[in-house]
Amino acid sequence: MFTRALFIACLLLALPAQGDEFTKEDLKRWEAEYMKVMEKGEKLFHSTLGSNKVSCDQCHPNAANTHPETYPKFQKQLGKVATLREMINWCLKNPLEGNPLPLDSDEMIALEAYITWERRGTPLAPGKH
Amino acid sequence: MKRRNFLKGVGLAGLGATLPFSLVEVVWGLGSKPAEHESFTFAYISDSHLTHIQGARFTQNFDQGLRKAILEVNLMNPPPDFVIYGGDLAQLGKREELDHGLELLSGLKPPLKWVIGEHDFYLDMGEYWQDKISPLYYSFDHKGVHFVVLNSILTYQDWIKKWSTPMERMLNMARLDNPQGSPFMVGEAQLRWLKEDLAKYERNVPLVVLSHSPLYKIFKPWNFWTDDAEGVQKLLQRFHRVTVLHGHVHQVLYNQIGNITFYAMMATAWPWPYPVSYVQKPNQVPKLTVFMNRADPFHQRDGTGWDILDLENGTLTNHYQLWMNENRTVAFDFKLEHPVDRNYQDPEKRIPPQFHY
Repeated sequence: MFTRALFIACLLLALPAQGDEFTKEDLKRWEAEYMKVMEKGEKLFHSTLGSNKVSCDQCHPNAANTHPETYPKFQKQLGKVATLREMINWCLKNPLEGNPLPLDSDEMIALEAYITWERRGTPLAPGKH
Repeated sequence: MKRRNFLKGVGLAGLGATLPFSLVEVVWGLGSKPAEHESFTFAYISDSHLTHIQGARFTQNFDQGLRKAILEVNLMNPPPDFVIYGGDLAQLGKREELDHGLELLSGLKPPLKWVIGEHDFYLDMGEYWQDKISPLYYSFDHKGVHFVVLNSILTYQDWIKKWSTPMERMLNMARLDNPQGSPFMVGEAQLRWLKEDLAKYERNVPLVVLSHSPLYKIFKPWNFWTDDAEGVQKLLQRFHRVTVLHGHVHQVLYNQIGNITFYAMMATAWPWPYPVSYVQKPNQVPKLTVFMNRADPFHQRDGTGWDILDLENGTLTNHYQLWMNENRTVAFDFKLEHPVDRNYQDPEKRIPPQFHY
């Protein structure tokens, strides 16, 4: 009986925290978390990630000509609809002569965070070549 | 077979062959007549960014670009009178990289004239270049045309002094999109020299100025920019017609400002995006330029190449040699008083790959 009362009391106390209410401080913190990952991505993008001293920014200053807003899209050279992360790996393997990253790795997410940040404000255009 | 297709078809089997380049006659039209000069052709190779990895290893992609340009220039028939190397032979100004570039370029048959780029300069502030390769700025005359070479990649002393090592300085200049970068300039000493150099020439002498950075302002965040460009332009104003050829931007780009025609030369290493592709900052990309095709990353040499330049009647016809695309020819139009692409200048004739976003 006591256990049941405690359970109900806990439930009532916990209820206000279950709604999606957040403060300005939360927003700031979440943005800061994003920017931390974005800045890590910026560093990676400007590093020699492969084996031949080439870095992503050499062909893509400010991540220009990466068009993250167009993915997923049909990549004629791969013969299928591909994601941005697959294209990042293609670049790591070919122009950078390096190893691909696991698609859910921290580094891959950081690269994606930087690339999309540099393209912020551009309307989504999935499939556009 | 079209000339350009013939060129593309030349592989190793064609090494012993020569290429039938025909010169295109330009009829002199409106305006006062320039001084007489003999027509001639020269070639322009630029921005090879040879990158030293370790020991005898260099980045193959960039080596191959330069090798291909040298091979093709050597197949020109008639051969060009000379070849301009437009700067950024090295990626990080290392002696290994410059020496490697000299070794590759030693296979080039015509004589070379040199323009320095920032990647050649900021490790040792141009010492090795001046010692082994060329003065940083100079002029010469060829068949009645006056050529001026400028070192346009100088920058402010405060920026030069702020780095703890030469390599730190080099790396910061080498990063194109560096928020800690510093704008290029020609500088007062060179402007004084240029004024004196030009004072010896009549206004109708055909004049070609060679620089690494564009001598006008396109996009400061990537240093498609020379801070004192107006100072140079002012000294060129009294001449009948002037052509400026520059590297640095790794793309098809041309413009007309008053009496000055500007052409960017192709890179052998990789193409840069047009600044219009970076949406966060405004740009001043010339409206006149019909963009090159968006490069296909799956073709290593796409978006790269070199240039053949015919100089007749005081103006240039620029044949962009594009390795994975149709070649482009841009020539000065005497009625419109600006350069015009032979096939694509009319907006209705442009093709989808020429639209960048």
